[in-house]
Amino acid sequence: MSLKDHSSILFRESRPDEGLRKAVGMKRVDIITAVRESGLKGRGGAGFPTGVKWNFAALAQDTVKYVVCNADEGEPGTFKDRVLLSEKADLVLEGMAIAGRAIGAREGIIYLRGEYDFMRRHLEQVIASREAAHLLGESILGLDGFDFTVRVHMGAGAYVCGEETALIESLEGHRGEPRNRPPFPVNTGYLGHPTCVNNVETLALAARVIALGAEAFAKVGPASSTGTKLFSVSGDCARPGVYEFPMGISIEDLLREVGGEEAKAVQVGGASGTCVPRKAFTRRLAFDDASTGGSIIVFGPKRDMLRVARNFMEFFDEESCGQCTPCRSGNRVLLEGIGKLEQGCCSLSHLQELQALGETMQLASKCGLGQSSPNAFLSIVEHFKDEILARQGA
Amino acid sequence: MLVLEREGLGRRIDEICARHGRNRSALLPILQELQEAQGWVSDFAMQEVARHLGIHPVEVYSVVTFYAFLNSERKGRFVLRLCRTISCDMRDKDRVARQLEQELGIAFGQTTADGRFTLEWTNCMGMCDQGPALMVNKQIFTQVSPQGVHTILEACRRIYGLYPERSEDDALVSAGALQVAVESQEAHA
Repeated sequence: MSLKDHSSILFRESRPDEGLRKAVGMKRVDIITAVRESGLKGRGGAGFPTGVKWNFAALAQDTVKYVVCNADEGEPGTFKDRVLLSEKADLVLEGMAIAGRAIGAREGIIYLRGEYDFMRRHLEQVIASREAAHLLGESILGLDGFDFTVRVHMGAGAYVCGEETALIESLEGHRGEPRNRPPFPVNTGYLGHPTCVNNVETLALAARVIALGAEAFAKVGPASSTGTKLFSVSGDCARPGVYEFPMGISIEDLLREVGGEEAKAVQVGGASGTCVPRKAFTRRLAFDDASTGGSIIVFGPKRDMLRVARNFMEFFDEESCGQCTPCRSGNRVLLEGIGKLEQGCCSLSHLQELQALGETMQLASKCGLGQSSPNAFLSIVEHFKDEILARQGA
Repeated sequence: MLVLEREGLGRRIDEICARHGRNRSALLPILQELQEAQGWVSDFAMQEVARHLGIHPVEVYSVVTFYAFLNSERKGRFVLRLCRTISCDMRDKDRVARQLEQELGIAFGQTTADGRFTLEWTNCMGMCDQGPALMVNKQIFTQVSPQGVHTILEACRRIYGLYPERSEDDALVSAGALQVAVESQEAHA
């Protein structure tokens, strides 16, 4: 498939269910400590420390808890979870079971985006075969009281449901509108019970952390961003696909690997990420530098960056859930502004107003969607101002 | 709607709700199953589902209208969704779009007069490394060329000849049959 093997953690040859077998022999608190000491951070994009999240969920007092695997991969340019779920579903389910044991949950749900319906049967088959092998179900690997079942829940075509509280709303049968936080899902989640929502890749990596040990995992990548990361590379490059690299790889090194040396810019983190121009290609892909949930879109020398900005704003205009005003109206106004820029009839003072609006949206929107939707527009205007303003008065 | 049809649909909804459980969390799976079977969720269906779950019909309506893959209006037998997001855009999705419009004689957002095809845009479907991507009901086609459009539509027409109505296992039928039909056409070409 499209997976390019630079295996170090996720795609290296390994004994199946090594992590789960070890976890069965560990105390719950030791599992969480290992994940925390590994430095593993959430791979969906937000980068919240996984061990901390698990600890919150473990400490929450309730007899019913849930582990949710967030497979609502909708960020433009991201497709690593599709590859992971189709090629390494066992590893993801292993991670879910370990999370279940760590926090004390008996039920797991995979929230799979509607577009990935074609994978549903495969996932359900893997779940069934793991149940038959006592890797899911009751008394997993013979450990009394270690019960954990997993079911697949389909999304229905809404990008915002990748936001964890919107995802929970959707699971409960509501519109996918994000909730106020706090309370956080680790305390009050699905049906009011403590719920640990983790990205597909995070769960797979957690299984590897337990298998390899926290130390071995933490050795890879810089201290702020340990381990490896899956990158979904698309756009103007010779070899698009999914790559596993250590965290902290520089953009120029990545471009060399994928055959995109000619690029004039790279969109890091999808539509909600930032546009990095050529002169900043020494930047590193890590949580404290250029952060990404995996999406890398390469723009060749001839790309019209205003068209790129329009495409992103059309996306957000469509996908905003409409709940809060900064996001619902702000994205529409930015899109109209791009229309003016395209026609070359946008005054510079209006452009400044649009930039100020973008900054307001970053501050005032309710959830991550609205807070990050102006990023692409703002960074493209900042780095490609000359190109964009070349149309003025033409 | 004929009384008989209504009664049939009512019984079917009763059966679906019983299987998924009559609680709010089951709403999306129930609606998804109805969507798949009927191709849309009618006003009558929304009222029936609301009655079974003990919620107001407008709650069901608000959910149906929120999600892109649930429709409150009747759509074509085949819903064609072309990805318009950046990576597919950079791979010439506009040429595929024009070809689709020409082959079908409709614009995006419209349904053909014979009710066979609905043409829509969709946002990123995670096939960015293999664009342009086109979704036909639940089947995804990648690296679609303008010529490929014709092949796919011909395959749809052939399936329509065999299965003019949506059937219970329609997703499987169309996915499997589409794939086979397209592959055999490509082999002949």
